[in-house]
Amino acid sequence: MSNQNHKIMIGLEVHIQLTNLKSKLFCDCSNDYRGAEPNTHVCPICLGLPGSLPVLNKEAVEFATRLAIALDCRINHQFWFYRKNYHYPDLPKGFQISQYNKAGGKAFADGGKITIKINNHKKDILLNRIHLEEDPARLVHKGSIATSPYTLVDYNRSGVCLIEIVTEPIINSPEEAREFLKQLKSIVQYSEISNLDLQGSVRVDANISLKGHERSEAKNINSFKEVERALRHEIVRQKNIIKRGKSLILETRHWDEKRRITISLRKKEFEADYRYFPEQDLPPIEIDDEFIDKVRNELPEMPSERSHRLIREYDLSEFDSDNLVLDKNIANFFEDGVNSDPSFGPNEYKQFCNWLMNTILGWLNEHNMTINDTKLYTKQVVDLVNYVKEGRITTKIAKSLMVDLMQGDSVSKILEKKGKARISDQKIIEQLSRETIEENPKIVEDCTKNSKAIEALIGRVMKKTRGQADPWITRQIILKLLRKMEMID
Amino acid sequence: MELGNYTAHELIEKIRAKDIRISEILQSSFDRIDEIDKFIHSFVNYSKEKALKIAKQYDNRIKNNKKIGKLFGLPLANKDLICLKDFPTTCCSKILEGFKPPYNAFVIERLVEQEGAIHIGNTNMDEFAMGSSTESSCYGPTYNPWDLKRVPGGSSGGSATAIASGQAMLALGSDTGGSIRCPASFCGVVGLKPTYGRISRYGLIAFANSLDQIGSITKCVRDAALMLEVISGKDPLDSTSIDIKVDNYTEEIEKSIDKKVLGIPNEFFGEGVNSTVKKSVEKAINKLEGLGATTIEITIPHLEYTVATYYLICMCEASSNLARYDGIRYGKITDDLSGDVFDVIGKTRGENFGPEVRRRIFLGTYALSAGYYDMYYLKALKARSLIKQDFMNAFKKCDSICCPTMPITAFKIGELINNPLQMYTIDILTCPVNLVGLPALSIPCGFDNNNLPIGFQIIGDYFDEKGILNIGYQLEQELGIYRKKHPIIKGGA
Repeated sequence: MSNQNHKIMIGLEVHIQLTNLKSKLFCDCSNDYRGAEPNTHVCPICLGLPGSLPVLNKEAVEFATRLAIALDCRINHQFWFYRKNYHYPDLPKGFQISQYNKAGGKAFADGGKITIKINNHKKDILLNRIHLEEDPARLVHKGSIATSPYTLVDYNRSGVCLIEIVTEPIINSPEEAREFLKQLKSIVQYSEISNLDLQGSVRVDANISLKGHERSEAKNINSFKEVERALRHEIVRQKNIIKRGKSLILETRHWDEKRRITISLRKKEFEADYRYFPEQDLPPIEIDDEFIDKVRNELPEMPSERSHRLIREYDLSEFDSDNLVLDKNIANFFEDGVNSDPSFGPNEYKQFCNWLMNTILGWLNEHNMTINDTKLYTKQVVDLVNYVKEGRITTKIAKSLMVDLMQGDSVSKILEKKGKARISDQKIIEQLSRETIEENPKIVEDCTKNSKAIEALIGRVMKKTRGQADPWITRQIILKLLRKMEMID
Repeated sequence: MELGNYTAHELIEKIRAKDIRISEILQSSFDRIDEIDKFIHSFVNYSKEKALKIAKQYDNRIKNNKKIGKLFGLPLANKDLICLKDFPTTCCSKILEGFKPPYNAFVIERLVEQEGAIHIGNTNMDEFAMGSSTESSCYGPTYNPWDLKRVPGGSSGGSATAIASGQAMLALGSDTGGSIRCPASFCGVVGLKPTYGRISRYGLIAFANSLDQIGSITKCVRDAALMLEVISGKDPLDSTSIDIKVDNYTEEIEKSIDKKVLGIPNEFFGEGVNSTVKKSVEKAINKLEGLGATTIEITIPHLEYTVATYYLICMCEASSNLARYDGIRYGKITDDLSGDVFDVIGKTRGENFGPEVRRRIFLGTYALSAGYYDMYYLKALKARSLIKQDFMNAFKKCDSICCPTMPITAFKIGELINNPLQMYTIDILTCPVNLVGLPALSIPCGFDNNNLPIGFQIIGDYFDEKGILNIGYQLEQELGIYRKKHPIIKGGA
């Protein structure tokens, strides 16, 4: 009801680190600072020492070009860096070298879009611009910001290359935002510019408003997963204020990940004055069509293209294919796997895909891992598909092997170790079925009225065999016994 | 020996001929410093022990006929804003007290590490190079060797006086609106501000980074040519440095100037220019005509806007360039650590920047603020391009432009320090060059009634340092006054 009353408008500013770069945006320091001792990936330039000057990392321009092409942006043939002036302890120069698209400035690229699908409905999320900027240092607190007796500064992150992606405020729900970010993450991965699974590689600011009311900006959302949560919270908060007859104010709010609420940081009566002006230490950067074409030609296959191809080549449904391609590593796993067994056809493709998308991905999500964090390999899944097809194991048993599979053991080795072959010996199953019927007179009685009650009996047999009994044989035997007892027709 | 009796290139000959030991040169340099720097105050920090040690090593190299650099064994004075590894480099500001850069500026690498010049100390300057008199240094003023009651000009006053009084043979300066040429003019020495991009600014602590340029202060034009050959060239660490041919300046200066066309801009001889200065410069122009050069009148119609344009731009840039000084990672922090981090930064900056620096940060911050940006900064950029156009038009008609360096000669200490606006206006003939990025040379061309030096300025087209050094050298030889001894200390102080 309130959704109809208040149209939700969301605009996102997504900052992603280009973690695949070798060095920082303006110096030679290694970009790969994660896990390093604090303040070991630093030099006079990224420390902002007096007298140091920035030198643009050319690879960063190439990476930005890749992303701009993948997002269908218009790349500006000449662009400048601007200084964004403000004081903060994480900013060693007292300004951030960024870009500005006003006062004569130009972003790296304008426009662009990402197409999302929700309930089979397609929508283009239009982008305003993308631009390059340097990451500030990382502030480390003991406990929370509020109670820490000190702030430590780790400059390893200072000067790492960020790309900011700014959407138009046309996202209408937290689900759309989630889908947008899912697709963005996928495109970034396929562009081979960044690994957004790395801690701290993503930061999102979200502008949220209900039509006819002032907007708020939620800052400091530090992962894609948190975005949906923060948006949901903020929408409820805004609606509640309106419900109480109060009015919303233009303000900046901080997303508190632990408490899962937004907290007011400051009123935004005036646009923060960053005194943007051109960075004179970096001459304007020229990008010609030849360069753009070269990058375009070398650009790897993008997820949408791949999805079309997988539908064509493997007879997958659009739904399966769209989901399969989202994570490039999963999609690679699929293609490597199904192509490794020449006996595979559309049926097996579908089974392989189901294993990946349901069981394996489910397990990975549950354990907060990616496929590359495990020792899973394609042959294992090929074996699963074949074993089940050949009736050597049940789907249920197959599913119970996940932990061992992730450790890198082969299917046959695991089965051997666990003795988990399928029980298809009719005598054993009949013996267990008799016991089950005797132990559960109430369920047996239910079978006269309810045809589904038989499932409960089958389940009990399965339990006795820890899932190893052949379910088809078990069903046939229980049906036979019940008929004998004249409990069913 | 007495350094004051030699030029750098003469000493090089003597060193190579083993007529003189480098230890002797360095000793004489420090003797001279001991003798007179208490009156002049050219230096704010010395590296005596290290310099004398290196001198001995270098003597051994000479003795053993090892390969030596182009400037081997010459005492070098460094302006206190060019980074020297592990040596205090403070911009003569309290806020950088104790700061020792962990790296060498590009020019130090070239001069000292590569070509064997020996650093003897860092020289005094206006705080963060903001000034034209070397009075705003946190270490106190520098005094003009020609008259100790007068300023040496600025901001590179320490470097100019170190050369003028025979304490050093080569000196580095920086020029944002005239900071090399002004003190060169006031002290009777040669100041070269090369084209923006000719010399890497890596390691030059920024005041206004679109205007700042490192250059040299030397006793004569040949020494300037020698230094320029060493410090020019593309540096991958400075994106604004340009990869363009470095000429053989010491040969180029010898050429005849009889084909040269010299532009004389009448705006540069306007009302504000002292008549003695005007006469002296005109006389020098006559000498150049005597050497075969042709002179023509040219015009720089927007000259009257240059001071306003220059100060707006340099203040805007300074407000941003100086934002990093908060006393937390390096430099001096306030004693009162109460309050939050912004309180501490505010107190640190309030206490440790001098009044002129604070004034420029305030004005620059104001001019860049929302609502004022278009009115001030963008307008200044437009004026800047008009001024550039004036010079480009002029260079269609002439090879180089000749005019006074400063409209006046050295003024008395304290005379202008409380009148910033008037202090700003004396940059009118030097700052246009920085706005456009051109090279310019100042050489002494005469003396006024108080026996104070007068500076002659030669402005060149982009990267035509060889042209202006050529004219400067020919004029210098004709005038012969660079050998004139300063009357330092005679009855002074």
